Amino acid sequence: MYKIIKKERLNPTVTLMEIEASAVAEKAEPGQFIILRVDEKGERIPLTVADFDRDKGTVTIIFQIVGATTKKLDCKEEGEYICDFVGPLGVASHTEGLKKVAVVGGGVGCAIAYPIAKKLHNNGCEVHSVVGFRNKDLVILESEFDKVSDKLCLMTDDGSCGEKGLVTDALKKLIDSGEKYDEVITIGPLIMMKFVCALTKEYGIKTVVSMNPIMIDGTGMCGGCRLSVGGETKFACVDGPDFDGHLVDFDEAMERSNMYKEFERKRYEEECNLFKKEVN
Amino acid sequence: MANMSLVKNPMPVQEPLVRNKNFKEVALGYTEEQAIDEANRCLGCKNHPCVGGCPVAIDIPNFIAKVKEGDFEGAYQIISRSSSLPAVCGRVCPQETQCESKCVRGIKGEPVAIGRLERFVADWHMANFKGMPQKPEQNGHKAAVIGAGPSGLTCAGDLARMGYKVTVFEALHLAGGVLVYGIPEFRLPKAIVQKEIENLKALGVEINTNSVIGRTITVDELFEKGYEAIFIGSGAGLPRFMNIPGENLKGVYSANEYLTRTNLMKAYLPDSDTPIMSAKNVAVVGGGNVAMDAARCAKRLGAENVYIVYRRGKEEMPARNEEIEHAEEEEIIFKTLNNPVEILGDEHKCVKGMRCVEMELGEPDESGRRRPVVKEGSEFVLDVDCVIMSIGTSPNPLIRNTTEGLDTQKWGGIIADENGQTSREGVFAGGDAVTGAATVILAMGAGKTAAKAMDEYIKSKNA
Repeated sequence: MYKIIKKERLNPTVTLMEIEASAVAEKAEPGQFIILRVDEKGERIPLTVADFDRDKGTVTIIFQIVGATTKKLDCKEEGEYICDFVGPLGVASHTEGLKKVAVVGGGVGCAIAYPIAKKLHNNGCEVHSVVGFRNKDLVILESEFDKVSDKLCLMTDDGSCGEKGLVTDALKKLIDSGEKYDEVITIGPLIMMKFVCALTKEYGIKTVVSMNPIMIDGTGMCGGCRLSVGGETKFACVDGPDFDGHLVDFDEAMERSNMYKEFERKRYEEECNLFKKEVN
Repeated sequence: MANMSLVKNPMPVQEPLVRNKNFKEVALGYTEEQAIDEANRCLGCKNHPCVGGCPVAIDIPNFIAKVKEGDFEGAYQIISRSSSLPAVCGRVCPQETQCESKCVRGIKGEPVAIGRLERFVADWHMANFKGMPQKPEQNGHKAAVIGAGPSGLTCAGDLARMGYKVTVFEALHLAGGVLVYGIPEFRLPKAIVQKEIENLKALGVEINTNSVIGRTITVDELFEKGYEAIFIGSGAGLPRFMNIPGENLKGVYSANEYLTRTNLMKAYLPDSDTPIMSAKNVAVVGGGNVAMDAARCAKRLGAENVYIVYRRGKEEMPARNEEIEHAEEEEIIFKTLNNPVEILGDEHKCVKGMRCVEMELGEPDESGRRRPVVKEGSEFVLDVDCVIMSIGTSPNPLIRNTTEGLDTQKWGGIIADENGQTSREGVFAGGDAVTGAATVILAMGAGKTAAKAMDEYIKSKNA
């Protein structure tokens, strides 16, 4: 059992939790992920490591409530326990030797982009962060990004916070203004990463994406997380989660990510109904 | 008076068309009368060839002699001297190619049903013996076991009995390895596996789940933590695909994924949070035991038509005859001498068919089996909405990539000598991690051999 040390609601649909898991905290690096199971009947879900504290022995996760499992997890309070928490899994993000990087995050993906931006910043790399959200209520980690970024562009779809527009608009502007990046690192919804990659491909800038497909074990056993990368099949759990964004088949990844949509929708409604009953 | 019947007492089973709709155990087990009657078929011959056919050398004639007397607990004590998991082995061992293949009764007629008797004895013990095994006296030394599957659990059990403090590190949230994620409930009830694991814990074996060696902790760090010898029994869990077009469509699974969702994550239960596709027509590609398991699960999950698509003939199938027969009885459709060449998808990238070719058998290849060759102009499309690839697995690279000095084969298997000793001092290995995908009992045999070698190694270091 793994104790929830801290819980904080970052916005109406995104929650941060600090979990006591010293063995995972000991080894975790930005870009890696964990797999958790909320309770005995729960499914195994992967979540990328948002932060870790080796001294305290804790790992921070940030998740969006999208289905039954994340809903269940969100119902847990500080001091309560979750059943399983295993990791760190996957290969850590490559940050060595980078001098100037644009980190592009979208929505809850910013939670994963942040530790990478932080590590790059601590390594002395010049970091330009572009973060995008649907509206001002959904903005997370603004001050955290601000601390580790030499430049920060905050974008919202409706212009209710920062500038109105998409992350690709801001990134294009930066590149066109003459900024030369060694690499663009982008993490967010598949559709956003697809368009960031389409843009950087035009400019010939190497782009790394972090993939978070459906998986079970996270150690290479099920193959459910397979992706086409440069025409080859890769397992996100052991070969990734980071990949060369210009080689990833995003259309396939988007289709695969909705494989259980119907089941998930039903399960989510059941969970919400259950939750309502408990409240009433 | 010996029972001279030429045939085994038949195993009572659930009716095929009833059982293919539930996940309850197929084989129901012998009654006491059937067990004694079957035991009386054993001649107790002096040179007991059956023992030589058992990878863990169970004293078969003597346990059967106890069954004849009706001393079932006595029989259990004899088996448990050699096997840590008798209730498991009695169910999943390929006895027909091991102990039973050597039985003299098999020369004329059927051999003694050793496997069914082993299962009977183990089940009788579980149902009637309430105590737990005693924790042996500790010898003050520590050993680590990586992987809580058949080889690891056997190795851990044997070391614990010798007095070692043993910690097992398991990557998943549940101990058992292939016994819990792979072999379905209807062939090996998970309660039985749990019971065997409880017995090991009573011996003092500690099991750390959620521990991925190579990620959470490395082999070298285990030595730093004071473990004097390490056994790697991490299995062969990496699924292979055919590399044909369409394999990443929605509705294509590895057998590992399909079985893990069904067995470990219990996707067949209505209250499980883990989804699995409910398909109408399912093709399982492959001809091994795992393929039979996947096909039979698909049927139980409600598929109307389930096909086994295999490129050679039924004779060449690596699955046990019993598994093939059970699958046929459950109306699994065998499409032998067929090979997929492409999986077809619809506009939403969901599987809508599988293009296959017919094969014919040519000259024997290196494996001694006749090589299948494509029949010209035989292409056809099989109407399926789900495809399960069950064409084998290879060892996971995580440990070999994070353990310096651990030599491996080109295909990934860890190189170990006949005692399980690897190229690293103090590191032993066995089971599928060394041999590639094989059987539960061979893995158990390897775990047993390695436990002995680890004991000798630790003793020699401390001499």
